Amino acid sequence: MNTTLTARLRGQVPLLVTSVLLVAMFSVGSIQYEGFFSGQVLLNLLIDNAFLLVVAVGMTFVILTGGIDLSVGAVVALSTMVSAWLVEKHHWPILVVIPLVLAIGTGLGWAMGWVVHTFEIQPFIVTLAGMFLARGLCYTISVESVSITDPSYTAMAQTRIPLPGGTFLSPSAVIAVLVAAAAFLVLHHTRFGRNVYALGGSEQSALLMGLPVARTRITVYAISGFCSALGGVLLTFYMLSGYGLHAVGLELDAIAAVVIGGTLLTGGSGYLVGTVLGVAVLGLIQTVISFQGTLSSWWTRIVIGALLFLFIVLQRLITARRHT
Amino acid sequence: MQQPVLEVRGLRKEFPGVLALDGIDFRLFPGEVHALMGENGAGKSTLIKVLTGVHPADGGQVTMAGRPLRITGPLQAQQAGISTVYQEVNLCPNLSVAENLFIGREPRRRGLIHWSELRRRAEASVAELDLDIDVTARLDSFSIAIQQLVAIARAVDVEAKVLVLDEPTSSLDRDEVVQLFTVMRRLRERGVAILFVSHFLDQVYEICDRMTILRNGRLEGEYLTRDLSHVQLVSRMIGSELADLKSLAAESHRETAAPEYRSPFLVAEKLGRRGAIEPYDLTVRPGEVVGLAGLLGSGRTEAARLLFGADQADSGTVRVNGHATALRGPRAAIGHGIAFCSENRKAEGLVGELTVRENIVLALQASRGWLRPLSRTAQDDFALRWIRALDIRPGDPEAPVRNLSGGNQQKVLLARWLITDPKLLILDEPTRGIDIGAKAEIQKLVAGLAEKGMSVLFISAELEEVLRLSHKIGVLRDHRVVAQLANDGSLTPEHLMETIASGARR
Amino acid sequence: MTKHRLFWPAAVLVAMLLANLLFTPNFFAVHTKEGHLYGSLIDILHFGAPLILVSLGMTLVIATGGIDLSVGSTVAIAGALACLYISEASDPGSVSTVLVAVALALAVALVLGAVNGLLVSRIGVQPIVATLILMVAGRGVAQLITDGQIITVTSDPYRLIGGGYWLTVPFSVLLAGAMVGLTLLLTRSTALGLLLESVGGNPVASRLVGIRAHRLTTLVYVASAVCAAVAGLMISSNVSAADGNNAGLWIELDAILAVVIGGTSLNGGRFSIGGTVLGALVIQTLSTTIYTIGIPPETTLVFKAAVVITVCLIQSPQFRAKATRRRTTAPGGQQPKPASADSKVSA
Repeated sequence: MNTTLTARLRGQVPLLVTSVLLVAMFSVGSIQYEGFFSGQVLLNLLIDNAFLLVVAVGMTFVILTGGIDLSVGAVVALSTMVSAWLVEKHHWPILVVIPLVLAIGTGLGWAMGWVVHTFEIQPFIVTLAGMFLARGLCYTISVESVSITDPSYTAMAQTRIPLPGGTFLSPSAVIAVLVAAAAFLVLHHTRFGRNVYALGGSEQSALLMGLPVARTRITVYAISGFCSALGGVLLTFYMLSGYGLHAVGLELDAIAAVVIGGTLLTGGSGYLVGTVLGVAVLGLIQTVISFQGTLSSWWTRIVIGALLFLFIVLQRLITARRHT
Repeated sequence: MQQPVLEVRGLRKEFPGVLALDGIDFRLFPGEVHALMGENGAGKSTLIKVLTGVHPADGGQVTMAGRPLRITGPLQAQQAGISTVYQEVNLCPNLSVAENLFIGREPRRRGLIHWSELRRRAEASVAELDLDIDVTARLDSFSIAIQQLVAIARAVDVEAKVLVLDEPTSSLDRDEVVQLFTVMRRLRERGVAILFVSHFLDQVYEICDRMTILRNGRLEGEYLTRDLSHVQLVSRMIGSELADLKSLAAESHRETAAPEYRSPFLVAEKLGRRGAIEPYDLTVRPGEVVGLAGLLGSGRTEAARLLFGADQADSGTVRVNGHATALRGPRAAIGHGIAFCSENRKAEGLVGELTVRENIVLALQASRGWLRPLSRTAQDDFALRWIRALDIRPGDPEAPVRNLSGGNQQKVLLARWLITDPKLLILDEPTRGIDIGAKAEIQKLVAGLAEKGMSVLFISAELEEVLRLSHKIGVLRDHRVVAQLANDGSLTPEHLMETIASGARR
Repeated sequence: MTKHRLFWPAAVLVAMLLANLLFTPNFFAVHTKEGHLYGSLIDILHFGAPLILVSLGMTLVIATGGIDLSVGSTVAIAGALACLYISEASDPGSVSTVLVAVALALAVALVLGAVNGLLVSRIGVQPIVATLILMVAGRGVAQLITDGQIITVTSDPYRLIGGGYWLTVPFSVLLAGAMVGLTLLLTRSTALGLLLESVGGNPVASRLVGIRAHRLTTLVYVASAVCAAVAGLMISSNVSAADGNNAGLWIELDAILAVVIGGTSLNGGRFSIGGTVLGALVIQTLSTTIYTIGIPPETTLVFKAAVVITVCLIQSPQFRAKATRRRTTAPGGQQPKPASADSKVSA
C-alpha cells in the first residue's frame, strides 16, 4: 500500500513543483511590487494568455499520445489572416467567418494526423511541413498586416465582463476557460480521452486491447488544429489584425507550457490542469518581468528555457526510476 | 466425447519465403490446461497470433463450440471469446489497474465514464482471482507478476471461453508462479480452456492436462501429459527419435582434438544476473570448445552475454588470464580478446544499410578508434580474403549486407570477429536458420580455430552439433546450468537429452 | 544513372537553375567587377554559404539518428558575442581583436554543443526535446548579449568573413568550401563516417562491436554547434551587425530540409555530405528564383512545405508499399512484391 502511495506521489511531482513555483512566484511578486497582489492581476493572466491556453490545450492532447505539433503557431497566424481578409476585404459576417476558420484549422490538423498515421512519418516533420504551409498561405493572402475595423470584432475586443470586487474578464478569457473545462472532461471522463492516454502509454498494447488507434491518433491532431484555429480567433480579437508574423514561436510556448505543466513528452502521462498551471507560469513570468520594469523582455525566454531544462531533467529522473 | 470449445483444422500461414504453419490441427476442450510445445521457430507464436487475430490465416478452418469462426482482428477474437495474455504484459503501464481492466468498454453514465461503477467492477474482478490490490493505482506501481495477473483478469473478464497464456512465467519467481497456477486452476474449474505456452518443462508437467507439439511449422502430435515422459517430450520437440540419436552418436565423433593442458583463459565464478541466469561457474581454456546445450530460452544466451559484458552481472567474478576483471561493457570484453556473435543477427549484429566490407571491418575499426582508420586497401583485403575463405555469396564486398541470405550474413558476422583475432569467440546459435552446406562449413571452421589455439563458446540447440565440436558441455535448463559434462567419447545425445529433460547429473 | 544517390538532388538543382533562364536570360553570366566575381550563381553560393554550414553539422547529427533544433539560436548567439566583443574593443579594426572575437564565439558554441550532446547521450533525453531547450532559451541569451539592440560593427577584418572577397571569390564561399572539405576529410578519410553510420543504422549492434556511441553522439552535437557558430559569424559579418532576434531564424528548419533533400534519412545511418550541399543549394536557389520571378518571397514557405512532404513520402516505406501495390496489382492481379529494402530512393 505504501509503495503504491509513493509511486502515485512520484507521478505528481512535476505538478507539485509547478504549483509550488506558481505560488512562490506570486508571493514574491506580491511582496516586491506594489499593486501585484490583486485579483485583477490574476485575471489579466487569463485575459492576456487566453489564446495560448487554448493552443496549449490542443497541444496537450497531441503530446499525451507521444506526438508533437509544430504547426500551431502558423495555424494561429493563418486563422488571424483568413479572418481579417474575409471580414475586411469581403465583409463576411463574423458568424460565417469563425466557423469557417475553425473548419480550416481542424481540416489541416486532420490531414497532418492522417499523414502521420498512414505513412508512419515522424510527427515533427509532418507538422513542420504544416507550419511552412500555413505560414506560406498567410503570405499568399497578404504580406502586410491587415487590420480589422469590423464592429463585431472590436466589440469582442472591448467587451468587459464584470466580476465581483471590481474585477473583469474578456469574452476570450471566458472562451478559453470553457475550452479548458471541456478538454478536461474529454480527457479524464470519456472513452476517447482514456484512449489518448492508452495510446501514449503503449501503442502496441492499445492495438492488442482492440482500441481504435488510428481514429484516436488522427483525432488528436484534428483537435490540436481546431484549438489552434480557435486560438487564432481569440488572437484576432486581441490584436484586431491578421498578419503572417503573428504568433511566431507560439509552438515553443505551447510545448513549454505543457512540459512545465508536468506532461511527459514521451506521452501517456500528464493532466490538463497541469497545462493550465503551465500557461499560468509562463504568464506570470511575463507579469513579473513587466512589473519589475528594468528587466528586459528576453529574460522571459531565458527563464522559460531554464524551466524547460529543469522539468525535462526531472522527467528523465522520474521515468528512469520507474523503470528500475 | 465432449465437444471441443475451439477446434482448428488444416491451418496454414505463410510469410514471404517462409511457410510458418503447415496444416495444423488443434483442439482445445473446456476446463483443461493445454500446453503448446515446440522450439522457437516451430510455429507456436504464429499459431497464437492467428488464433488471436493478429495475423490473418492463409488457409484452414477454425470452429468455436462447433460453429465456424472467422477471426479478423484482436478485438473480434476477444468478442468471440478468445483472450490472450502475452509474454510482455500488453497493458498500458500509465493507466490504473481498473482502467486497464475495462478500457474500451468502460461503464458510462450520460456519455461520461462512470468511475465509481468502474472501480466497483474492477474490485470485483480482481477479487475473483484472490488479488488484494488498490485498483486505482497505476499499473506500473505493481510487480510484473501482479501485472500479469491483472492482464489475466482483463482477459477472463471479457467472458473468455479460451484463455491463451504466452510465456506468462518467464519473468516470475517461484512464489509468483504458484500464485499464477492457483489462478489458472480456479479458471479451469470454471470451465475456461487455457492454452499455456512455456519453456519451463516442470511447469508444463505441473499444470497441464494435455499438450500439442509443433515442429518446423507442422503438427508433431497431441498427447496426454501423463502419457509422455520428459525425454519423450524433448525428443519430439527436437525431432529425433532416441533410436536415431543412438546411431548418430556413433558417428558424432569430435572433430576437434583435445586441447593440451594449459592455464585457463577465462574463469567465471558464481556469475549470475537476477531474472536472466542463476549464478554459474565456467572455465574456458585456450584451444577448448565449450558447448552450451539446452532448449531455446533455457538461459544459454543470457549466460553468454554476461561473459561479453553485454549485460552486467549482478553477482560473481570473472578472471581473464588469472586477473580479476569487471566486464563493464562490450568494449572492455573486446579489449580482453573476447568476441560475441549474437543469435539475433538482424537486431544485434549487422548494420543492414552498410556493405559487406563495412560490416566485416566494423569491430576491428571500433577497437582501433576513429583516428586510426583501416586503409581502403586493407579493408578490401580483409573483405575479399574472408569472402573467399568463408565462401560468402554474393562475393561483392560492396553489396548491402541486408540483401544477403541468413547463412551468408552469419559468415559476415564471423568474419567481423575473426579479423580481430579474438582469444575467446562466443557463438550463439551460429548455424540456426542456415542451409546444411553453410552449417558444415561453419562447424569445420570452429574446429580449425580451436586447433590453432582459440577458445570457443559454442551455443546450439542441435545436440549432435554440440557433441561433435565441444570438449566440454554445459547443460542449461530453466535458467540454470544443471550440469557440466566432459565430452570424453562416452557422451551421447541421449545422455544430453536426458540431462536436459530431468535436470539431473548435477 | 538514376541509381546514384546524388542524382535526384542534382537533377532538381539543375532543373531549377535552368528554369531561371526563362525569366533571366543572363542568369548564368558571371563577370568580374573590381576584381570580384559577380553574377546570380555567385550570389546563390554567397547567400547559401551559412545554410550549407548549418546543414553540414545537421547531417552529422541526423546520421546518428538525432536532430538539432538549436542551431538557429547558436547562429544568433555566436554573431552577437563576436559583434559585442568587437564593438567594445579598443581597436575594432585589428586582426587580433577579430581573432579573439571568433575564438570566443567558437568556444561558447563548443560548450552549447557539449550540453546538447550530453543531454542526449548521457541523460538520454530525446534529441528533439534536448535541443528544444536551447532553441527556446538561446534566442533570449542572444538578445541578452545584444541588449535587445542591433549591434553594428565597423571592422574590415570581421567584414571579410561573410562579406569580403579573397582571390576574387566571396570569402564565405571559400570558408564554407573549406569546412565541407574538412568534414569530408574527417568523415571519409578517417573511420569517423563509418562509425557514425553504424551508430545511426543500428545502435544495439554498434554497442556490441565496441563503438563508443556516447562519445560519438556528443561529438556530433558539438560539431553541429561549431558549424552553426561559423554560420552565425558569416551572417553577422555580411551585414556588419548582430541581430539577436532575427539572425538565423528558421535556419534549423531549412537545414533539416537540406539534409532530407540530400538523401540522408531522418532515421539515421547512411549520410551524404555532397547531397546535403546540393540540398542547401536547392533551397537557396528556390529562394533566389522566387525573388527574381517576383512572387512575394515569403511564399517560399509553401513550396518548402510541398518539398518536405514529397521527400518524406518518397522515403516512407509505407507510402512506397502502397504505391507499388497499386501499380502491381492493377494489371492481371499479380502478387504484390514485398517492399524491397534495397530500392532506397536517393531523392
